Amino acid sequence: MVETDSGSEKPVPGALNSYPREFLATLFRRMTLIRQFELRAIEERRGGLIPGFIHSCVGQEATATGACLALEPGDVITSTHRGHGHLIGKGGDVRYMMAELAGRSAGYCRGRGGSLHMADFDLGILGANGIVAGGIPIAVGAGLAFAMRGEKRIALAFFGDGAVNEGAFHEAANLAGLWKLPVVFFCENNLYGEGTPQSRQAPVADLAVRAAGYGFPGVVVDGNDALAVYDVTREAVQRARGGGGPTFVEAKTYRLRGHYEGDPQVYRSPAEIEAWRARDPIPAFRRRLVEGGLFEEGALAEIEQQVARELDEAVAFAVQAPLPAPAEALEGVYGDTCGGLVF
Amino acid sequence: MREISYAEAIREALCEEMRRDPSVFVMGEDVGVFGGVWGVTQGMLAEFGPERLRDTPISEAAIIGAGLGAAMMGMRPVVEIMFGDFLLCAGDQIANQVAKARFMSGGKANVPLTIRVATGAPGSSAAQHSQSPESWFMNVPGVKIAVPATPADAKGLLRAAMRGQDPVLFFEHKMLYAERGPVPEDTDFIVPFGQAAIRREGTDVTLIGIGMMARKALEAAAVLAEAGISAEVIDPRTLVPLDKATLVRSVAKTSRVVIAQEAHLRCGPGSEIAAMLAEEAIEYLDGPIVRVGARNVPLPYSPVLEGYVLPSVQDIVAAAQSFWPRR
Repeated sequence: MVETDSGSEKPVPGALNSYPREFLATLFRRMTLIRQFELRAIEERRGGLIPGFIHSCVGQEATATGACLALEPGDVITSTHRGHGHLIGKGGDVRYMMAELAGRSAGYCRGRGGSLHMADFDLGILGANGIVAGGIPIAVGAGLAFAMRGEKRIALAFFGDGAVNEGAFHEAANLAGLWKLPVVFFCENNLYGEGTPQSRQAPVADLAVRAAGYGFPGVVVDGNDALAVYDVTREAVQRARGGGGPTFVEAKTYRLRGHYEGDPQVYRSPAEIEAWRARDPIPAFRRRLVEGGLFEEGALAEIEQQVARELDEAVAFAVQAPLPAPAEALEGVYGDTCGGLVF
Repeated sequence: MREISYAEAIREALCEEMRRDPSVFVMGEDVGVFGGVWGVTQGMLAEFGPERLRDTPISEAAIIGAGLGAAMMGMRPVVEIMFGDFLLCAGDQIANQVAKARFMSGGKANVPLTIRVATGAPGSSAAQHSQSPESWFMNVPGVKIAVPATPADAKGLLRAAMRGQDPVLFFEHKMLYAERGPVPEDTDFIVPFGQAAIRREGTDVTLIGIGMMARKALEAAAVLAEAGISAEVIDPRTLVPLDKATLVRSVAKTSRVVIAQEAHLRCGPGSEIAAMLAEEAIEYLDGPIVRVGARNVPLPYSPVLEGYVLPSVQDIVAAAQSFWPRR
């Protein structure tokens, strides 16, 4: 069932014309925003604004953006511990993200969740997740709700290569396959489950083959090619929306930084990282846009500057946002506290 | 008032809410064609069909995780877990996802998910089909925990759970399913969470009975009455939230307390109640807070062994009588 998207390695410049210019600009802008957000967050963490840990997705911007742009506004996603890109890809507001990382009341989760739990239900972002594979059954449940109500919405579960060895993935995939639910299983295979390479975690080269056991197709795509990711996901989304059931998309990519900021990365060589840096999805896409004649260099530089300004504003917003009152920690555990009895 | 069984009372609550609210649906292992291994959903398939009475694979993490996702998207799922022992197969989904979704998201996630669980020892079912895991989850903020002991409470508490906004672990004792009792026919009848029931009034000793043990405490009270001891029996009905006020009031009146649970003694629900009474009612007490529960070994198979490990009516009676050693 595995199809390899062999055409994605060497893009044909002319193919760019088949995408609306505005779409390409959005794709470039969001990838840039993700990259700059991550670098800025790392900087602000060093500076002391951000207290918690960060699992950056630097290098994986094409998967997050390509997949999210294949969705409609009413569609939903579940995300992972490496989820900042997914949020931004789905339209998340970097001011609320930065404020959340800084532990402020104005943050996405009022300072209760931090990096691992950011959610925006209005945008269909059902939450990042601190548990590997934890969000996949939730996406399946969202898909179930849509199917039961006859809504043409779909749920996309982001997860990494490590998650396909968790029981939650298998149970969720089985249920979704059995009931033909409108779900896309989107695997960002960055080749490492924390500090252990995929080759020492799974006995198969392509994780997409796992889908066959659950009765739906698995597709492999170059995860550093945003347009290829978009195309493959779009197809999976259409299939799900049309009642055809789930698809497993395996996007092969690479995280250019550690599993977490401060990871000594003893498990891989600097040469390997450098080799992948040469395939960094953002400069590659940028070159393609200029060489394809669709964008002037200056137009893209202007987008980059806009993004930088947006992040300056986001950081300023986070710095100025008030810290929560300590006792706010007691709010929002329950929708109904039974007159305060549950505490 | 007409009398129906505990299982029928639960079925009535399910059916009435499913008729009233299209967002309510039931899913679990063998809940449809089979009618549930405990017979609770028997006969419902004809009325509600397989879409709203969904048989699932044996897949607890997916059942509860999918219940959570559906709840977040506006449905009101009621999922059934066949044995409480199996809750741990979905441990992450319950403790890390369901319980924390609202809090972690800053209040964005609404989680009206009811998890019905058959709990307790049905007799010779051994260590993996007999446990009372209520307190495992009392240590997880974010879930509510109901332990109905009567058919009326089963119906009223279940409706409260299904109409609420929060995830509920709803523990139904296997040996109560066939028990009959009066149940109101009012389709809006609700027993609110956090309100203990005084099952019998008394003046000498308070017996707090959890779930099945509320019934056994009543039997113990009858035995104690013959010995001239007036026991007050309190059924907390929900463990989270816990109606502390009613418990403290009763202890203030009787000055003596026995807490009975079917769970293992160590860190069971009674441990939490005992600690609470030590903190909030110590000045009323004329003796130690006494707990009755299963001995701290896995539940055994042979009836002789099982009977030795599980708490009995006689254990409650003996615990209460210990306050009057010369009587």
